[in-house]
Amino acid sequence: MPDFFNFLKPKNELENQGAFAENHPYIPEELWIKCPVCKNAVLSSDLMDNHKVCPNCNYHFRIAARQRVEMTVDEDSFREMDAEMVSVNKIDFPDYEKKLKSAKLSSGENESVITGTGKICGESTVIAVMNSQFMMGSMGTVTGEKITRAFEYATVHRLPVIIFTVSGGARMQEGILSLMQMAKTSGAVKRHSDAGLLYITVLTDPTTGGVTASFAMEGDIILAEPKALIGFAGPRVIEQTIRQKLPKDFQSAEFLLEKGFIDAVVQRKDMKETLAKLIRLHTETNSGEVSDDERV
Amino acid sequence: MSAYDHVTAARANDRPTSVDYIRRIFGDSFFELHGDRRFADDKAVIGGIAELKGKPVTVIGLEKGRNLKERMDRNFGSAHPEGYRKALRLMKQAEKFHRPVICFVDTSGAYCGIGAEERGQGQAIAENLMEMMTLRTPILSIFIGEGGSGGALALAVADEVWMLENAIYSVISPEGCASILWKDSSKTAEASECLKLTAQDLFKLGVIERIIREPKDIESRLFDSLKNLIAETFEKKQAIDPERLIELRYNRFRKY
Repeated sequence: MPDFFNFLKPKNELENQGAFAENHPYIPEELWIKCPVCKNAVLSSDLMDNHKVCPNCNYHFRIAARQRVEMTVDEDSFREMDAEMVSVNKIDFPDYEKKLKSAKLSSGENESVITGTGKICGESTVIAVMNSQFMMGSMGTVTGEKITRAFEYATVHRLPVIIFTVSGGARMQEGILSLMQMAKTSGAVKRHSDAGLLYITVLTDPTTGGVTASFAMEGDIILAEPKALIGFAGPRVIEQTIRQKLPKDFQSAEFLLEKGFIDAVVQRKDMKETLAKLIRLHTETNSGEVSDDERV
Repeated sequence: MSAYDHVTAARANDRPTSVDYIRRIFGDSFFELHGDRRFADDKAVIGGIAELKGKPVTVIGLEKGRNLKERMDRNFGSAHPEGYRKALRLMKQAEKFHRPVICFVDTSGAYCGIGAEERGQGQAIAENLMEMMTLRTPILSIFIGEGGSGGALALAVADEVWMLENAIYSVISPEGCASILWKDSSKTAEASECLKLTAQDLFKLGVIERIIREPKDIESRLFDSLKNLIAETFEKKQAIDPERLIELRYNRFRKY
């Protein structure tokens, strides 16, 4: 029988796959990603092209810190600070080393925050991005130290600071030392603020606990991604305390906007432009100068 | 005493509360001031002005209440955002009139509820941390019972932090820690050890400056000695130039 009749021949499933594999690249199933909100499958390349936002329901997927840096700063402009700092188990908390090790493996990072300098549409800034893949962005001593150093650097060099927050709160495994980071970072924010410099926070899903109760809520301008969960206590803790179900959309970015605790909800695709615009509106060189038109 | 024994002692119902400290240290000179001027008066926070050895001081305390009725009235010492905002208002007032601030801390934590979230619990605490850091007047915080996480820290960004021998100070309750670690909230004793929450542990970690011994007859001797100690400390701190004072405060927290 000539070869071209082959297609008429009924084939079992396995044979079919073989023929397919000869002519087409293999597409593994993982490339289809199910949106946790609308449950639709999205092709991962489509998702990447769309800033990791679901094209069907606008759900903003959680993204790794490094990817966020790439999305936000101009190409090749990012200079990381304190990348080598690592946490140690200062209070001998059980299994903390193990936790740190697996967090490093799963995130590929040394800590729950990346800090550095970079340019956003040409505007110089200090930027810190937290990472949900590292112990749910919990704040340990090194997290607090890196953020504090970032603010101190920005104060000395008269730069704005932008922080993308994502955090479950203080890091239990560091006990009281983790709580102290809230005070330490707040002190650094205050000095930066008193120097007349701009600090913008971008709250992303989820931002809770000790991070909400410190530097996340201390920005001159507070932005948030759509539908991000933002609160002091987590919803489960509140439900256990008050023994009732929480209203829908409680603690969402939109809820906080309505209650007056954030300035704007900004789509991820517009974030870079928005930040650049806000920095430009605060550049010091513009403040003291009078243009020819304005002179009388 | 195990760490858990300290937890039990810190939470004991017959333990003196902020109201007792205020009454015994400042007597009739205490004049209570109410409200945050924004939303309400939070009874979990008691605040006012008083006289200490002839000099005015601002007094702020987290108050749990001394019997069931009082405890319900004061929300068991768990403040809402308006409580922290009232505290900040009084601290700013203290700065204006150049009087030192003393805070008595006794809370299981900032309240977790719908109203607290709606009115910005996180924002209220964050603002206190930031503003206390540069308050140009001395601040002393004394932990008299429980010191629960951010809700305690919001009154403890101070020049010195002291703890009663049996007081505790922790980032999370031992119950919360146990349920996260072992999915078993009854392993409170083990969790208490892990968290290093006793006054002794915290002194070793450099988080507090002083441990206040608790005499057997706590009522009679504690308050007089504490009164002298507070007055002496304020005298020393008030001699420091305010610029230097906030520099020292920044460095105190910068080292962690």
